[in-house]
Amino acid sequence: MIPAKFDYERAGSVDEAIALLAEHGDEAKLLAGGHSLLPLMKLRLATPAVLVDIGRLRDLSYVRVEGGEIAVGALTRHRDLETSDVLLSDAPLLAFTASLVGDPQVRHRGTLGGSLVHGDPASDLPAAILAMGARMVIAGAGGARREVGAADFFTGFLETAVGPDELLVEVRFPRAAGKGWSYQKFNRRAQDWAIVGAAYQEGGGVGLVNMASKPVRAAGVEEALASGASAEDAAARADDGLDPPADLNASPEYRRHLARVLTRRALEEAATRAG
Amino acid sequence: MRVSVTVNGTPQEHDVEPRLLLVHYIRETVGLKGTNIGCDTSSCGACTVLLDGESVKSCTLLAAQADGSEITTIEGLAPSAEEMHPIQQAFREHHGLQCGFCTPGMVMAAVSLLEENPKPTEHDVRHGLEGNLCRCTGYHNIVKAVLAAAGTLPATGAMSK
Repeated sequence: MIPAKFDYERAGSVDEAIALLAEHGDEAKLLAGGHSLLPLMKLRLATPAVLVDIGRLRDLSYVRVEGGEIAVGALTRHRDLETSDVLLSDAPLLAFTASLVGDPQVRHRGTLGGSLVHGDPASDLPAAILAMGARMVIAGAGGARREVGAADFFTGFLETAVGPDELLVEVRFPRAAGKGWSYQKFNRRAQDWAIVGAAYQEGGGVGLVNMASKPVRAAGVEEALASGASAEDAAARADDGLDPPADLNASPEYRRHLARVLTRRALEEAATRAG
Repeated sequence: MRVSVTVNGTPQEHDVEPRLLLVHYIRETVGLKGTNIGCDTSSCGACTVLLDGESVKSCTLLAAQADGSEITTIEGLAPSAEEMHPIQQAFREHHGLQCGFCTPGMVMAAVSLLEENPKPTEHDVRHGLEGNLCRCTGYHNIVKAVLAAAGTLPATGAMSK
């Protein structure tokens, strides 16, 4: 399978990438690690006329402690997330979730920002991002920067708050050393996407993937926890207000069941890690 | 566009279409046919090569993305025509292949795995090779071969069945 023809542009900086996007409009797509976009292009489900390669902007690959927060560059690869000492001690939910993405080869190339901006409702990292209460830093023309909370970042199926002439540059979240956490991914085979996934971080929230057309927070569970409900009672509300999809792997009813079970397991596992 | 890479220690420079996939570049442009194309959807791992020392699936990279990088394919592993790489040798000794189609990718994935984790457990190897599918062996002897190459093969009977 070979992608349709396109022109290839290599951006040397964030500003240059944004200028190239502005110049080519709807015809252009950003290429980071390429592990979401290239498969779509090979199937000709995506046929951009211009690819703007940002994969060499290595100054967007970092994990930094900044006071009470951690800042992660959008081009940090999954492998670097899963092995980061900073994340393993102060945001283990993100390191662990990254270790479940795809397989080692995919994790050597795929990036945090690329995965999030792709907006796949079934991918793993949004669950962690939602549970950690992260904020996304989005760059625009003329050096502009704006922040969007994780809960407002995913706007629809394969859609995010990043505009056509914008670029996600950083993800920020509070340090969470000692806080309980868990990500429960349910799938049938190694490598597969989650049929349903549930992440929880103490003090943050509950993020669910593949339970709607976009990654979502489990508002019912968070509300129940805030009012002092037990893990079991709170988890029973995991599918509140959600309309999960049907596909070959699962019916909507089965997904509702999985969301409740996985959320309970996440809350219980997190409790064993708190301290 | 112009792409310059080093493949198995030899500098290469070619004019390529931007849409040329790295695996096609390696097989057709450079002419090294040891890297196989299996599923062509980044699932099976048959096309695994090392890009700057790390395993990647060359069906899901553009040659353009590899510009300036060092690529190692299965042909670049053995130190000489007479001597195999320790992982190749271990695959032979432990019968880690049957039809052989997955083997180049499996070996390259194992090289990268042992680079990152020189003393893996059986669990580490099974998870570390999750991106490579084999439809003949049932994986058992592949796992044994990788453990043997790492010097962490447990005593007979200690491995999971």
